[in-house]
Amino acid sequence: MREIPVERVSDVVEKMCIDSNIFLGQDVLKAIKRGLDLEESPLGRDVLEQLVKNTEIAMNTKTPICQDTGTAVFFLEIGQEVHFTGGYIEDAINEGVARGYEKGYLRKSIVLDPLRRVNTGDNTPAVIHTRLVPGDRVRIVLSAKGGGGENMSALKMLKPADGEEGVIDFVLETVERAGPNPCPPIIVGVGVGGNFEQVAFLAKKALIRKLGNPNPDEDLARLEEILLEKINDLGIGPQGFGGRITALDVHVEKAPAHIASLPVAVNINCHVSRHLETII
Amino acid sequence: MTKTLCPPLADKDVENLKAGDRVLISGIIYTARDAAHKKLLELMERGEKLPLDLKGQIIYYVGPTPAREGEVIGAAGPTTSSRMDKYTPPLLERGVRAVIGKGLRSQDVKKSLKDNKSVYLVAVGGAAALLKEKIVSSKLVAYEELGPEAIRELEVCDFPVFVANDVHGNDIYEIGKRKYERNR
Repeated sequence: MREIPVERVSDVVEKMCIDSNIFLGQDVLKAIKRGLDLEESPLGRDVLEQLVKNTEIAMNTKTPICQDTGTAVFFLEIGQEVHFTGGYIEDAINEGVARGYEKGYLRKSIVLDPLRRVNTGDNTPAVIHTRLVPGDRVRIVLSAKGGGGENMSALKMLKPADGEEGVIDFVLETVERAGPNPCPPIIVGVGVGGNFEQVAFLAKKALIRKLGNPNPDEDLARLEEILLEKINDLGIGPQGFGGRITALDVHVEKAPAHIASLPVAVNINCHVSRHLETII
Repeated sequence: MTKTLCPPLADKDVENLKAGDRVLISGIIYTARDAAHKKLLELMERGEKLPLDLKGQIIYYVGPTPAREGEVIGAAGPTTSSRMDKYTPPLLERGVRAVIGKGLRSQDVKKSLKDNKSVYLVAVGGAAALLKEKIVSSKLVAYEELGPEAIRELEVCDFPVFVANDVHGNDIYEIGKRKYERNR
């Protein structure tokens, strides 16, 4: 058994919340710069130039990249040889989120009740997905997920006969309907298979993969390539002003499904794709 | 070419703008999101006085992050405009000449923009640190209890926006997409 005090988790989470909101990942920045090389639309280029400049200003002035500093979503993989001491792990994560959002001057964007809509004041509770894994380590992945892209996401239970073509059509339909609203250039996370709740989880998980890394599964890598090309042919462009770069990347994840089902989910992330990983 | 705007706006200021134009705003603009819009409309329905004179003004849809000590404001990029759609036409009728946000507007809003000779401007969503640098002062006007959603008077200098919907009925989102769409 390896003992880990939960206070250590709070400290790690606090830092991850602040860092992810101020420093844009190199993978995303590289994709935006590559977009700038490829974009033909003058307005689209203007937008991408502003985005590159924005990340520099954010970094130099310790200002959040975007005022929507997101819902703190955690993917937690806990080695089954780990024993947490000094408190409950979920409380420790929420403590880290509350401290990070306060100390980092980040916006508190969570309401306690979805209908009564009173702000909790510290951006908690976080959304925490936990998995037990072999070993004695803890892997914490944070996605500080903005509301704009989340609101344009969608899920559909297709018929198995709809096949890959049905999946492609639904992804395109969702991105086209979203148009400028999720702040393109976007990153598109697609879940295929599993069941109703698992497919949404897959789509979200697809978004935390580093940009520029295709799925190791050859079929899925090919599907990602087809989807990226077709999405960029929609012409929506940066901020929806028209152009070549609507999406920076498309990531697809799959899971086994019921013989009667072909679930598909599309989770959209804006260009401020904040994801960080720490292993304890 | 980049155009400039200094509120309060007159007819000629907005008539001169075309969808797709780059614009730099200098002067006073006012912030308001869903909650503040709702309160303003309630006052208007009751026939009460508003906490600000809307004539010729520009409203910016923004909910900034908290300001660090010694700073004017935190990160301050635009939020999704469609959440304000149902509140926008009455404010345009009351004299608002331009709103700044991001994303699509409803048919009702587009019609109201044309009818009231007003424009829909958009700032780059997610360029919040860059936009923050263009805000030189911030003053609370009303609804402090709404926190980031309170109405503030912002003094801006060369605040960069694009014209999305002009008074002539043009829409950059439609024009741009049509131009770069490739047949599927």
